[in-house]
Amino acid sequence: MGPGTIQLGLTAEEMAAVRQGLGREPNETEWSIIDAEWSEHSSYKSSKALLRLFPTAGDRVVLGPGYDAGVVDVGDGYVVTLHIESHNHPSAVDPYGGASTGIGGVLRDILSMGTRPVALVDILRFGRIDRSPHSRWLFRNVVRGIADYGNSVGVPTVAGDIEFDESFERNCLVDVACVGLGKRGDLILGEAKTPGDLLVLIGGSTGRDGIRGAAFASKNLSDKAEADRSSVQVPDPFMKKLLLDSLMEAVGTGLIRGMKDLGGGGLSTALSEVASSGGTGVDVELSKVNRREDDMSPTEIMTSESQERMLLALSPGSSEPVLEILRRYEVPCSVIGRVTGDGLLTLRWGRNVVASLPAQLVVKAPLIPWPSRRPSRLDHRTRAKPRVQDVGRSIISLLASPNIASRRWVYQQYDHEVGIRTVARPGQADAALVRLPNGGLLAVKGDGNSAQSFLDPYNGAAGCVAEACRNVVAVGAEPIALVDHLQFGDPSDPEVYWSFGESIRGMADYCRLIGLPVVGGKVSFYNEDSASRTAIKPSPIALVVGLVKDQKHPVSMGFRHEGESVFIVGETNDELGGSEYHRLLGRLDSGTVPRVDAASDAVLHRTIIGLIRSGQAGAVHDCSRGGLAVALARMAVAGGRGASVNLNKVPSSARRVSDLLFSESHGRFVLTTDEPERLERALNVRHIPHGLVGVVKGDSLRLDAGRTPVTRLDVAALQRSYDGSIGRLMDG
Amino acid sequence: MRVGVVRFPGSNCDLDTVATLMGIRGLSPKLVWHESDELGKFDAVVLPGGFSFGDYLRAGSIAARSPALSAIRRMADEGKPVLGVCNGFQILVEAGLLPGALLRNLSLRFVCQWVSVRVESRRTPFTALAREGQVLRMPIAHGEGRYYASDEQLRDLERSHRVVFRYSDGSGRVVDEANPTGTLGNIAGISNGQGNVVGLMPHPERCCDPALSPWGSTDGRLIFESLLGGDR
Repeated sequence: MGPGTIQLGLTAEEMAAVRQGLGREPNETEWSIIDAEWSEHSSYKSSKALLRLFPTAGDRVVLGPGYDAGVVDVGDGYVVTLHIESHNHPSAVDPYGGASTGIGGVLRDILSMGTRPVALVDILRFGRIDRSPHSRWLFRNVVRGIADYGNSVGVPTVAGDIEFDESFERNCLVDVACVGLGKRGDLILGEAKTPGDLLVLIGGSTGRDGIRGAAFASKNLSDKAEADRSSVQVPDPFMKKLLLDSLMEAVGTGLIRGMKDLGGGGLSTALSEVASSGGTGVDVELSKVNRREDDMSPTEIMTSESQERMLLALSPGSSEPVLEILRRYEVPCSVIGRVTGDGLLTLRWGRNVVASLPAQLVVKAPLIPWPSRRPSRLDHRTRAKPRVQDVGRSIISLLASPNIASRRWVYQQYDHEVGIRTVARPGQADAALVRLPNGGLLAVKGDGNSAQSFLDPYNGAAGCVAEACRNVVAVGAEPIALVDHLQFGDPSDPEVYWSFGESIRGMADYCRLIGLPVVGGKVSFYNEDSASRTAIKPSPIALVVGLVKDQKHPVSMGFRHEGESVFIVGETNDELGGSEYHRLLGRLDSGTVPRVDAASDAVLHRTIIGLIRSGQAGAVHDCSRGGLAVALARMAVAGGRGASVNLNKVPSSARRVSDLLFSESHGRFVLTTDEPERLERALNVRHIPHGLVGVVKGDSLRLDAGRTPVTRLDVAALQRSYDGSIGRLMDG
Repeated sequence: MRVGVVRFPGSNCDLDTVATLMGIRGLSPKLVWHESDELGKFDAVVLPGGFSFGDYLRAGSIAARSPALSAIRRMADEGKPVLGVCNGFQILVEAGLLPGALLRNLSLRFVCQWVSVRVESRRTPFTALAREGQVLRMPIAHGEGRYYASDEQLRDLERSHRVVFRYSDGSGRVVDEANPTGTLGNIAGISNGQGNVVGLMPHPERCCDPALSPWGSTDGRLIFESLLGGDR
């Protein structure tokens, strides 16, 4: 049977490579297996070469990219696992199911390493919910999908990042990251190393849902995307919870020799990857697979992406204790085959061999070196500065804008307390803090900025690493590892591919200079608006974890008490390109995007951490979206107190007051202290630009430039604007 | 005191509850699988939060038919303390050990937030150490926590002082603004006639360690420490 009878995503060159590698014409099942594994989603064929630019080594790195999750040592024999996944196309056609199964997928990656999922972080991108009912529908149901699934499996959602921009109107982005926790000695890899071992498929049954889902993710969404709903998998959080509890118990036996989750590409990917990583082969009887429908063909079984499934490798002599645990939890399990030494993926149906492929051939898709070209839009930027509006009104409008306003409407729907590890929860500080069993705290935060990445892919991508680091630093944690997620349009478009390369360079350079290892990541291409045929804005995401070894002082961003001094640390430049202020003015096309300075940031971050640990810094907050004005307003709202600030004391090269207030320059923090002289000395010693700009005082935020009043805003008014904005948009 | 913490498939506050009770001197908690027959030997039992059996059909409805419930019913009859937290409360209601029903929140959304609740009755083994009217800070996290009962049942609950907790503001005033779910009469927890069976929606096990609370609250301890004594 030739490939003519089924729809494949392979190119003519790829099909030729398959025929050449195999020395014969593959049959239908074999074509489908290769098609799934050679999809962009599974093979990274368009990105692998560039991803090598990332620094991946570090003192704490146990396992870097290339595994189901990155692994970082957090001391005393404990490790943290990290992974990020997206479910963009499924969420665009079925937001509830797509978002739910996105969580399901990332949880399996963490579980398959033998570690317990302890925290979820969701990073979401939608169109303008203030204008588009379609975007509100997507947003509402994605959040509900994440909530229902995450809450039900008992993993807290502790942090996130949300951005709204026209370019995500049809192709929303739903990224979910998960943090796992375990003992270094209990780690399990996704490999089948020992010929003779049993291959056991456990969890949900294999059905016709999500067939060729990886291929669905590896093309542009079409106008007929509605018809692709069957490519979206069906979530079953209860089965996932049973898998989680039973596997955690089974990991404790030490008898699981290899474990792999079934995600994109289903059995095709899982089987070929455990064999190729283990340097072995597998011999599998497909009729043993627990099927939802009896009449499924071998091809359908191999490419189904039904959820809640895992593949285990167990020694035949010691499989019983593991199987006994699974049976107690009523988790279905079936022995579907054995590990072999022949390097082949051999699939049988009764007496017939339905596929026989070298595992190495299946996992090694030829890389594609796409042409790249600097987008012409970058050369035709306007230099004219936008006309400014009243500063006070602008601050109030920015606080209410969906990109800045309180995310409470979202995070209230997530259980962020379950697991009794949450020390800093959403809305409390710049990053979440999760308690570790050795007494340390893990900080976690994800960030991205598509408006800046669109105008300047290099600094936009580097900037999202810088911002995530600052957020982690603001809770007193030292950044220790990063996972990235790179989301772009069609890689065959040279301008898209150029932006992709620049983003990787930006992130890689920043990480290298600041000494932050990349331990994993994910690439998602083909994110395009089906109606306008335009790509989403480049959307690199950085998820950073940090470590606090011993911290006695609680962290918060709110002004604490009357009379404490307010410091601005770091220099403000005229960098409003892609800023929220320019979005407000309708001028996202103008201005310079904030540039990163990794060398200065390294010193700055260490200093801020020191100030927090020694108890000198009270409230700490980074400056990002909305600039200094929004940072001060949010600290006032969080603390329920005002402040009086002299803008002339802010270290700045910006000329206009509005530029100073709304620039989104990196490398800045606002902090409060009761020991201004001591803090000033510490900053002077390290030559860090700073200004003692004012004092916490009264119930309004008062901004002056020397003796000239700029604006005065009641904290109550700031709060009204900031707090209820998203709820009003969503619930009317 | 030996306390059994029942684990149903889908429970997710079971380990949190055991870990928390371990930290309270005098309590010796143990995780008990719902099909196990050993519950009877415990002095008290906690049904923890979560999504037992996926909360498929209706929250708590399948767990209410589990073998554990016959043992729990016996313990309730013998006067042993029985506490249902969140999903545990839903199970006790579904099993008929407590009256009324827990409906979807008025917002139709899951809600996770820290709230204040006022202790309305000290006549239970879980509130013996509290002052009447004392305000406790605890988190809630549920989608189906809107207490509902017939007018007659409600009158009966009020008359017999079986409303144990009500959502209030920080100073203990029971007002609409402090009601996070639209629950009747701001009810957050109730007891049976004898007072030994208590169900509540807030999670006391999540506020026993000051590091885990934005306000350093350890108010949950009061509920578990009450088990060990005080005047009833």
